[in-house]
Amino acid sequence: MSGPCVAVIETGAANLASVLAAFQRLGTPATTTSDPDRVRTADRVVLPGVGAFGDVMRRLRSRGLADAIVERCDGGRPVLAVCLGLQLLAERSDEAPEEQGLAVFAGTVTRFAPPLKVPQLGWNLVSAATASRVIESGHAYFANSYRLDEAPSGWTASWATHGAPFVAALERGSLLACQFHPELSGRWGAALLARWITRC
Amino acid sequence: MLTRRVIPCLDTRGGRVVKGVQFRNLRDAGSPAECAARYEADGADELVLLDVSATVEGRAHALATVREVRRSIAIPLTVGGGVQSAGDAAALLDAGADKVAINTAAVRQPSILSELAARFGSQCVVLSVDAVSRNDDWFVAVRSGTSLAPRTVVEWIREAAALGAGEILLTSVDRDGTRSGYDVPLIEAVTGSVGVPVVASGGAGSANDLVTAIRAGADAVLAASIFHDNATTISAVKCVLAAAGVEVRP
Repeated sequence: MSGPCVAVIETGAANLASVLAAFQRLGTPATTTSDPDRVRTADRVVLPGVGAFGDVMRRLRSRGLADAIVERCDGGRPVLAVCLGLQLLAERSDEAPEEQGLAVFAGTVTRFAPPLKVPQLGWNLVSAATASRVIESGHAYFANSYRLDEAPSGWTASWATHGAPFVAALERGSLLACQFHPELSGRWGAALLARWITRC
Repeated sequence: MLTRRVIPCLDTRGGRVVKGVQFRNLRDAGSPAECAARYEADGADELVLLDVSATVEGRAHALATVREVRRSIAIPLTVGGGVQSAGDAAALLDAGADKVAINTAAVRQPSILSELAARFGSQCVVLSVDAVSRNDDWFVAVRSGTSLAPRTVVEWIREAAALGAGEILLTSVDRDGTRSGYDVPLIEAVTGSVGVPVVASGGAGSANDLVTAIRAGADAVLAASIFHDNATTISAVKCVLAAAGVEVRP
């Protein structure tokens, strides 16, 4: 598969090589960027996971990337947010209560509580929303201590369960936010990325 | 529901997979990228890549190996060996790691765990603990098992989890490479005292040993020798786990 170029945002902490390798395996050109203009204009943008909410938000703000991401999301241009990326799109997180999120959707990200194992590390079953354009039910790889346990209105939510149900993915138009890591979810994840590229 | 993970471990030295017994007498076991791809195709849930001579030889992890392995697999990759600082961790993530394992440097300076967690999140920080049984307790070995720290395993793991370690890679040095079964009391002692996931390692000789480790509380089971030597396969192990009522990824 070829097609439009993917710009992966440098957050200062993410597993960039894994994200780039996933797109390369699909034959889709992907490069990293920390340039707000590129984030505004690229065909497709990935806001990758790994990192801590406060630290990454501060970096995104200081480099002018936060505004560029919000503009892109508000304009309905294709964005894939992964793991921490999904959480950054919320209004705030218990991980860094003093820090504002990007507030692309309403809601607060909260921490899984004992006796659950925290962080959630491993493969969990995602139940796809009937209305989903890109998610199919299957096992996805998660690595998170925090999660959304309510879906914001206006978004299509797919769910998984760790103790109680939590949001596994959110979709609205060309925006796809995954709490799991599609780039680490084997063939299932690769097929999902391919659908995001062709359908969104 | 979160499934239990089966994790093959690639110990590497000089760009090759090696495996020894009780961390000694290392022998060649193939190319890291080829082994990694084969294990993913066979159902591995994750891979661990440990540069077993990095700390002892006083250098950082061989990044070229990490890059090659990353390109060949689409499952999570934990990388350890020679990690001394947040800069080393960033270089590993940049080369293709998803989680970073740290042992010796954390024992020397525990605050590095908080530093790593603040920057990368706890889910990225794996504390690797090499446990040696002595005087009815377990002590922490460092420098690839070449020296013993004056700390008990359970006390160290509690402290490390509080500082920000998000996963424990718990290896029994006594059982490593012996195929005599995991150190079950060690797994029980550790999983009973921390709330972060624990990966049991050291001693797997059969699929039933993996079932036993999970029943003892392990969230994931790591093995090397039995997979490298084709004593069994990952898919066969997962069949045995599923038959024993353990939830695994199909």
